[in-house]
Amino acid sequence: MTTLIYGLVTGILFGFLLQKGRVLRYDKQLGALRLMDMTIVKFMLSAVLVGMVGIYLLNDLGLAKLSIKPLIFGGVVVGGLIFGIGWGLLGYCPGTSLGALGEGRWDSAWGIVGMLCGAALYAEAFPTMKATVLTWGDFGKITLPQILGVSHWFIIPLFIIGGLLLFRWFEKKGL
Amino acid sequence: MKERDEGGWSPYLAGALSGLVSIGSVWIAGKYFGASTTFVRSAGMVEKAVDPERVAQMPYFLKELPIIDWQWMFVVGIFIGALIASTTSGSFRWQAVPDMWEVRFGPVRWKRWLTAFLGGTIGMFGARLADGCPSGHGLSGSMQLAASGFVALVCFFVGGMIVARLLYGGGERS
Repeated sequence: MTTLIYGLVTGILFGFLLQKGRVLRYDKQLGALRLMDMTIVKFMLSAVLVGMVGIYLLNDLGLAKLSIKPLIFGGVVVGGLIFGIGWGLLGYCPGTSLGALGEGRWDSAWGIVGMLCGAALYAEAFPTMKATVLTWGDFGKITLPQILGVSHWFIIPLFIIGGLLLFRWFEKKGL
Repeated sequence: MKERDEGGWSPYLAGALSGLVSIGSVWIAGKYFGASTTFVRSAGMVEKAVDPERVAQMPYFLKELPIIDWQWMFVVGIFIGALIASTTSGSFRWQAVPDMWEVRFGPVRWKRWLTAFLGGTIGMFGARLADGCPSGHGLSGSMQLAASGFVALVCFFVGGMIVARLLYGGGERS
């Protein structure tokens, strides 16, 4: 029960911030995909840069555990590209579709119904996928520091510097 | 290009605060952000109402049980949070067709709705095959420096940019 309440409260905070950052809207999502408006990229990358410092700090202090999804090239690449195609058509992602509905953009409701159908379809296809696509190029649960064989505290500052340079470029270009 | 949008925050600020919320969630509840599994569980709940025996033996619904869990409540929370933020700042608006879409394809509702429905169906199939969406892979994956998160993020954007280009053309066309 406590877990469910944590989920709800965390979701409310995140939904509030997504709306304030204006990343829920179709125009912003397509704006990024058309390389005209980088609002969602700024939001995501800011969250990631702050998050990576905190998560690895917690991990190193033994206060939290990482939860890495395996890199299965078949699934991640094929699935990722298919997701991208759907995302370009819908203009909302699974999380933001609910937020978009919350701010009254109710074309997202059709996307939500579609996503439920897509999930049901995948449940039918899963045994086949498991035997085929999901066996192609399985590298397990690996992280960038593990691949490069360096400490994460070497990678994280590089990400932050790269991110800040990218932000500066966005602002200069007015994206 | 667009009228001033009152009440919005800098995406850098809102994003950085979301990063803090995400850290807090991992610390307190041990939970990473994600959204797409919730659609599997929900689809399973709907199917269970129709044919419980069938759902009970489908491997994917055994893997992702049709129950309400942390992430399910998180996704509901996103709806509530956005509702609170938009109604308290006057930016809530009932809108059936997005502005950018209307400029390009006109105000006909069913075209947008059909596209949204198909996009949702295709997108969720892909997200499940990839084992995550922009929340699970894009945010949670890349903040843990997971290789899968970065590969997924690149593929999401490549697929999306191709479709955006097909729909909207290369630039000035409108």
